[in-house]
Amino acid sequence: MSAIGTAPAAPAARTDLRRRRLVRGGLIAVVVLYVGALLLLPLLSIAWTALEPGWHVVAETFRDPDVQHAFLLTGIIAVVTVVVTAVMGVVVAWVLVRQRFVGRALMNAVVDLPFALSPVTVGLAAIILFGLNGWFADFFSSRGIQILFALPSMILVTVFISIPFVIREVQPVLEELGTAEEDAARTLGASVWKSFFRVTLPNIRWALLYGVALSAARAIGEIGAVLIVSGAIQGQTETATVYIFRAVEERQTAQGYVVALTLAAISVVLLVAIEWFKRRITREDQE
Amino acid sequence: MTKPIVVEELTKRFGDFAAVSDVTFTAPEGAVTALLGPSGSGKSTVLRMIAGLEEPTAGRIWMGEEELTAVSVQERRVGFVFQHYALFRHMTVAENVAFGLDVRKESKKDTRARVDELLELVQLAHYRERYPDQLSGGQRQRVALARALAPRPQVLLLDEPFGALDARVRQDLRRWLDELHRELGVTSLLVTHDQEEALELANRIVVMHEGRIEQVGTPDEIYDAPATSFVAGFVGSANVLHGWVTDGHVHLGAMRVPGAGHLEEGSAATAYVRPHDIRLADPNATDSVRAQVERVTSLGWLTRLTLRLPDEQVLVAHIPQDELNGAKVGDIVAVDLRRPKAFSREDSGRAAESAPTV
Repeated sequence: MSAIGTAPAAPAARTDLRRRRLVRGGLIAVVVLYVGALLLLPLLSIAWTALEPGWHVVAETFRDPDVQHAFLLTGIIAVVTVVVTAVMGVVVAWVLVRQRFVGRALMNAVVDLPFALSPVTVGLAAIILFGLNGWFADFFSSRGIQILFALPSMILVTVFISIPFVIREVQPVLEELGTAEEDAARTLGASVWKSFFRVTLPNIRWALLYGVALSAARAIGEIGAVLIVSGAIQGQTETATVYIFRAVEERQTAQGYVVALTLAAISVVLLVAIEWFKRRITREDQE
Repeated sequence: MTKPIVVEELTKRFGDFAAVSDVTFTAPEGAVTALLGPSGSGKSTVLRMIAGLEEPTAGRIWMGEEELTAVSVQERRVGFVFQHYALFRHMTVAENVAFGLDVRKESKKDTRARVDELLELVQLAHYRERYPDQLSGGQRQRVALARALAPRPQVLLLDEPFGALDARVRQDLRRWLDELHRELGVTSLLVTHDQEEALELANRIVVMHEGRIEQVGTPDEIYDAPATSFVAGFVGSANVLHGWVTDGHVHLGAMRVPGAGHLEEGSAATAYVRPHDIRLADPNATDSVRAQVERVTSLGWLTRLTLRLPDEQVLVAHIPQDELNGAKVGDIVAVDLRRPKAFSREDSGRAAESAPTV
């Protein structure tokens, strides 16, 4: 570029410009540092520590039956939680959006309870309900069903903690959608079910998947409530997160790091999925 | 194939509020009937009850010989066109039109043929693979119409079908719908707040106000012989003049208009006079009304005169250019008020607010 025709900027304007650039650069640096230090550094440190002793430790860890069982348990809990929260989340969201009834506002507020409540409290509540002398203890124990210190209570508390994700993602999309398309489907001869599966569900699918991915991530990462209701019995009621907790306590840190890294990798995959679903929602919004 | 719609004493209450009260009318077979009224008059609720989208509090609905009141929406075989199209946004134009055939389990071959036929009919054959968001408003409403017609409905229900379109598209689509109806002859019920639309498209008009029927009749009857002061004020534009009944006339200060023979002597009355029923008269005629010209506005083929009567009431007149005789602001002119419609003030009180100003 030649300088012909471009008059030099006045000195005052130039310092102003420089100051603005400095402020902007500073802000970007702060954000990069913040995200880097608080989000990426922990992840990198886990990866480094887990892989540093060599691949044979990784292989050994995955051969350990306790580890295999822990992942199996986490997998079962996550799958059941995802199915239950997806179905019940859509039902609750649909009722909250489409039905008018006494106590709807209260219900709408209560849905957020699991966000506000500490998971440890949730675990304790489950102990009160199902524990020795608990409210429902006789009912289940007389039928030979073990709730506490077993899979059922672990699934129960995880579902409780994860349910708001689907509801809160689906609700606004349903609200925005309105009833016109469902009405149209009905006048064209579709039953309530057909209209739901062919018209409503396709319209809320990205929000639903987004909510499901969030609740899966929550289910996999949950420890507080599960630790209390499971009793953390090694090789029996030990999920992946509980395994890490014990491994660190018993100074078997190498295995703990490998399991932690695996969970982190799953989280990254979920994060990518979540981001992709989110983009689909906003894209359909703009259409 | 097509059937008349009969509605008997239909009522819909939401809590204490009666959206529709005791509505009875017939939409004759093969004709276009308009449900005309201002927003909130209950006309859309009537339509939604006929479709089965809303449950009536009381009353009965018939389609030909068949009573529909207890039949579910999906079995009523009505075609419904919504104001905001309500197209399935995740389906293509062809999939939208095919939906009503798919859910009724028509064969693939028949469905395909019917979709082609309808897209041809609404002139959108080239758009079959497009999605609704890739179409203009007018095109979307045509897709909605094709979708509603695809399963061969017994009746077609249209809820403000042109309400979301701009004026030009609305005109074109209205004319096109008129032609389409002549071709198909399906019993149609059109909900609209636009009197022009009702007068142009309908063979029969049901005027509604505050959940009740004000008048049922042909467009001419509604326009020329309004049964209530509300109809006189709502359909077409009209000047609203308040006065008192003496000797079969409505008296407004020193002047009087005829047509109040049916009203009680000495009672308060309102006379409705259409702007084009006002003519400039011979200044020497005895029975004409004097008024002062306040504004002169040219409308091209007509001139709009704003006139002030001696008792301060304002009158708007549409006078053909060649009858104007050079009237200008400040002139005192003699006017003839033709075909006034007089109603007692008690009836007209509730209509006064909704009567459009001219």
